[in-house]
Amino acid sequence: MGGRAWKFGDGISTDHIAPGRFFHLRSNLPELSKHVLEDARADFAPNVKKGDFVVGGRNFGLGSSREHAPTIIKMAGVEAVIAKSFARIFYRNCVNIGLPVIIADTDQIDEGNILEVDLSAGKVRNITKKIELNFPPLPEIMTKILLEGGLIPYIQKHGGLPDI
Amino acid sequence: MGKTLAGKLVSSHAGRNVSAGESAIVKVDYAFTHDASGPLVVKKLKEIGGGKLFDPKRVIIFIDHAVPSPRLEVSNDHAVLREFAKSSGCVFEEAGTGICHQVVAEKYAAPGRMIVGTDSHTVMAGALASFATGMGATDVSVAMTFGKTWLRVPETFRFVIDGKLPKGVYSKDIILHLIGMLGAEGATYKAMQFEGSTIENMEMSERLVLPNMSVEAGAKVGLIASDSKTEAYLKQMGRGDQFTELHPDANAQYEKTFEIDAAKLTPQVALPHAVDNVKPIGEIGEVKIDQVFVGSCTNARLEDIKIVASIIKGKKVAPGVRLMVTPASHKVYMEAVKDGTVQTLLEAGAVITPSGCGMCFGALGGVPADGERVFSTTNRNFQGRMGNPKAFTYLGSPAMAAATALKGVITHPAEVL
Repeated sequence: MGGRAWKFGDGISTDHIAPGRFFHLRSNLPELSKHVLEDARADFAPNVKKGDFVVGGRNFGLGSSREHAPTIIKMAGVEAVIAKSFARIFYRNCVNIGLPVIIADTDQIDEGNILEVDLSAGKVRNITKKIELNFPPLPEIMTKILLEGGLIPYIQKHGGLPDI
Repeated sequence: MGKTLAGKLVSSHAGRNVSAGESAIVKVDYAFTHDASGPLVVKKLKEIGGGKLFDPKRVIIFIDHAVPSPRLEVSNDHAVLREFAKSSGCVFEEAGTGICHQVVAEKYAAPGRMIVGTDSHTVMAGALASFATGMGATDVSVAMTFGKTWLRVPETFRFVIDGKLPKGVYSKDIILHLIGMLGAEGATYKAMQFEGSTIENMEMSERLVLPNMSVEAGAKVGLIASDSKTEAYLKQMGRGDQFTELHPDANAQYEKTFEIDAAKLTPQVALPHAVDNVKPIGEIGEVKIDQVFVGSCTNARLEDIKIVASIIKGKKVAPGVRLMVTPASHKVYMEAVKDGTVQTLLEAGAVITPSGCGMCFGALGGVPADGERVFSTTNRNFQGRMGNPKAFTYLGSPAMAAATALKGVITHPAEVL
């Protein structure tokens, strides 16, 4: 079990993830997802497999509020995005669509390492390097949303926003 | 304990007193989307509540991101939005009306309002003391259905900016300087509150630039207290009755306070490919430019375009340079036609496009060739932003854009003012 780590640098923007030049594909997400992260790493989209991990540096997902960006990462089969830090809107969008986002020291993960994530225990296991990285739990409201698979499944089940 | 602007705005919409760090469910006054995210919003609205809206008068759909439509796929997306607007009775702003954030400033934002939109530059309306923030399609669909969203009350970074800006230095230079200082994630989750004599003396057109680009430092909102300039702007927009006074309490708690001496600022440039890669113009050397773009929600208001026109009047754009101008809204475009600004620009060799967002983010028009360098008055210079990952975008003020268009290299505005 476990998935492969695909390493990305600092400051991966939503323009790297879902470039504006593919604007016309935004209502054709399967086609748009073939270009996911294309401007950061051209080898990613053709080779990523279900269960793999996107591993970034600082401020992952900065820029636009386009939800297409995390959506096509999820559609590519990515299990979770792990980064040192995230841009605000991207982070919230990931939770809303049920894509786990994990803040961890990604210097401990190398390209191609095999990883496993245990969300409830707050651990990333780097199987290749035989180390564990701990990560802080999400804010309570986000955990509630993520556990239901996203905000819309949450609302469909509970009839409205989580209580605060 | 006193409240910041953010604290006041969130508390009034939560119906209880909330402080920085707390989360709250808040009522929303306006929720909007556009053709870049709208089709996804419509899909999600149907999944959430069968397309039901909390109040169609407070839900707005803009066609602004690809205007006029360059492709059949986009035209079909536009048709989906027109159809939904018709069946739901929501407010619809047709292609050509303008960039959503500019139209929100003209028609919808006012002190004390809570506005969410599927666009990161929704923050611009903070210049009118609205709590305005960008969210994804899911969050905005939920806000459109229930009239509510959840927020964490942000801590506030306060920027006290005093003094007179030197010749050739504008609000764009202030915000680029701040983003360079803070870094692209330096204000993540925070409110950026702008105040001081420089801001008090600034007209709304200039003020809007500051909250607009607060998101480039990661901020959740950028806010300016309402005052006589806010009231004058609302009156000019025919909405003087919507003015209320809103300012932070004198004993409000700030996470950090930054004091900026405006008189010491110089024109600033954001170099490729990051908005926080900011340098004073004196430190960038000679940068030859192939295309100049005056556009976007950030810097394409009438005042911006007039500055450009006043600089290039009677002159010609430098050989080998293309000058593109996109007025921010139909209203701006009309006024620029009436007062002769458009003619001045055309005579100097500019190409003027319909109002919209297309060129700024690479959806249509003005895509640079491989290796070309663009000087732009917009808000982002990420790799690929303007439609070509092999091109380079530099950001700065409209005056610098005009000076650069005349000289063909990035030029200090004072050289031509």
